[in-house]
Parts: sequence; structure tokens; C-alpha cells
Amino acid sequence: MSTEDPVAAEEAAPAASRDAAYWAKNVTTLKLGEVPAEAVNLNVTGRRVVGPVQGFGKMWQKTMRVELRGADVSPAEVIKLWKAEFQRFWPERNWFYAPLEGIAPGEVALLNLGLPGRMKLSTGVLVLYADDESFTLMTPEGHMLAGWITFSAETSGGVTVVQIQALERTNDPLYELGYVFGGNRLNSRFWVQTAENLARHLGVEPQVESQVVCVDRRRQWRKAGNISKNAAVRTFVWTLGTPVRWLRRPFTRRRAGQP
Amino acid sequence: MTEGSLITDVRELSSRASVIDFKGDVTASSEKALADAYTRASGKFTRTIVLNFSGLEYMNSGGIGMLVTLLVRANRQRQRLVAFGLNEHYRQIFELTRLDEAIGIFDTEAEAFAEADAP
Repeated sequence: MSTEDPVAAEEAAPAASRDAAYWAKNVTTLKLGEVPAEAVNLNVTGRRVVGPVQGFGKMWQKTMRVELRGADVSPAEVIKLWKAEFQRFWPERNWFYAPLEGIAPGEVALLNLGLPGRMKLSTGVLVLYADDESFTLMTPEGHMLAGWITFSAETSGGVTVVQIQALERTNDPLYELGYVFGGNRLNSRFWVQTAENLARHLGVEPQVESQVVCVDRRRQWRKAGNISKNAAVRTFVWTLGTPVRWLRRPFTRRRAGQP
Repeated sequence: MTEGSLITDVRELSSRASVIDFKGDVTASSEKALADAYTRASGKFTRTIVLNFSGLEYMNSGGIGMLVTLLVRANRQRQRLVAFGLNEHYRQIFELTRLDEAIGIFDTEAEAFAEADAP
């Protein structure tokens, strides 16, 4: 039995911050839950998240905004829909395997992204922050980008406005090279298409305003070693090994006692 | 100065260091308040800006983004950012977002000032 006075204990305890419930807690490295069999699950478990401070390339702030003029939907309703059906609004050939608990603080999602040249990238994201009108995803080591992206909705002039805003650097010199030669444009296009898909789903013919600002032109050469965790290279090597894994599969099963 | 629900105050600790006191909420709409406070805190010889978060009441991911932008601005001027007054919750957010690797965190203003005044 406790002899503590609960009222006194409550008074002595520091008040919880108003935002405490919205942030991921106690995340040191990423852990993935169950993923579908068809997904390529690489480069997520055990990785740390990385922000713009840890990245290599120039720092960009990308903002895409679209007015949902004519749609009778509140910001909270848009964000609820977006969280529930995030994958639906992504451009083709890209897969977001949502966590079982949905987009909630601290959850980890697996991504299988289509790269130019039919290459694939297996990586993930941490749900860093989520409230009723916004959520933020943060990338792990090895991802193309080091940073976070916030999806939000607000009312402006009586109209619900949806915004996607990323603050990012490429993670390593190889990704930066790709970014210089078209990757940056493709990435911006990806998020414009996402905003368009969401607006169309809500019955609005979209006109997306896009603003791309280079916040820091300097590259952080001391972070060039991030290349050792490059998820695209690792996924490529894994893909090259697919025929060998197929050939070995019957023997592996037999050893494990499977028919 | 008040911008949205953020109030900032600037104090000069020495010719090389200034403090920005935060009171209220740090969000994406704090951009102008932060930029103005930084401009007032950043003198010709300022080498360190000390951020006092003891009055911080709310911060979302947009607010963390604003701090990264402030960091870039300070680094461009060859200045350091250090912080104190973060409660356990906000200290964890700095660790989670790995902002603590670029902004030194101290328990008290005296400790932050000692770091700020170090050559």
C-alpha cells in the first residue's frame, strides 16, 4: 500500500506539455512490425532517424499547397482521411506499407519506392509527430533524404487548404548527384502529384502552388560517410542476389523441415 | 515582440553572446518572431546565441523546422547556438530529432553562458 498523498504528488509533478501526446517517444532505433509478404523489407530495422543536421547535400524547403475550394471538408477530416489512406494518394510504383496502428506518433512504416531506371528503394519512415490537423514523417539513415515532411491542413479565408512541407538534405554524395541530375525535380513532382491526387479524391480540380527554396547551399562534406548506409545501393545488391535466393530456397526449406 | 503566440525577448550577455528568451508556442507561424529576435541578438561580434526555453509552452514539428532554419542562419554567420531551460519532454524531442547534435544543451543559464563565453 502506498502512503503517498496522490493530490500532493500530482501538485509536485511537472505539468505535461500540451504537445506531449503528439510526439514519438523513446525512439532510439527503428523497429518494424509485421509487413506484407510482397514487400521488400530492408534498411529499416535498427536504423536511427536523421534530420537535416545529419544530411549531406544542400538543404531544401519544399512547400506544396492546394486549396480544396468547393469541398465541404474540415482540416481535421482531411487529415483523418490522409492518415487512413496515405498510400492511395501516392504516385504509381511507390508503396507505403502503413503500420498496423496507423499513422500515430512513434509508429514506423515501410516504403518501397520506384527509382528511375526501374530501380527500387526499400526504406522506411518514423511518424515523428501527429495531431488532428497535421502529421510529420522523419527519414532513417540510408534513405535518399535526411529530414522530415509535414502534411497539414488549415482553414484560410473559409477554404480548407492542404499543405505538404519538407525540410530536407540528401543523405550522401551519391544521392546528391542524383538530386542534381533530375532527382530534385522528380521529388518535387512526387509531392505535387500526391497533393493533386488528394484534391481530386475530394472532388476538387487541383491547382497546386509549389515553392522550392534552397535554405542552405553548403554541402556537409563531413557527412559524406553516410554513403555506407545508402539504401538504394543495398536494395540494388539485394535485388542482384534474388536468383541465388530462389535457387537456394528449396534447400533452406528442407533444412527447416518444411515440405 | 509577439508573433502568433510566441513572445521573444533579447538580452545581451556580453559583446560575444546574446540570449533569446522564448515564451509561448514555437510553431511554423513563429518564423517572423524568430527571425526578428535573431536579427536583434546578432551583433557584429556575436559568436554565440543562447536560446532560453524555460518559457516554452508548446512546440510542434513546424517549430522544430524553424529552429533548424535558425541554426542554418547562425552557422552562416559562424555563430553557435546553445540552449537551456528545456524540460524533460523538450529535451527528448531535441534528442529524437537529433537537434542536440548541433545545438548544445545546458541545464542553466550560467552553464550556457560559460560555454558561450568560452574562447
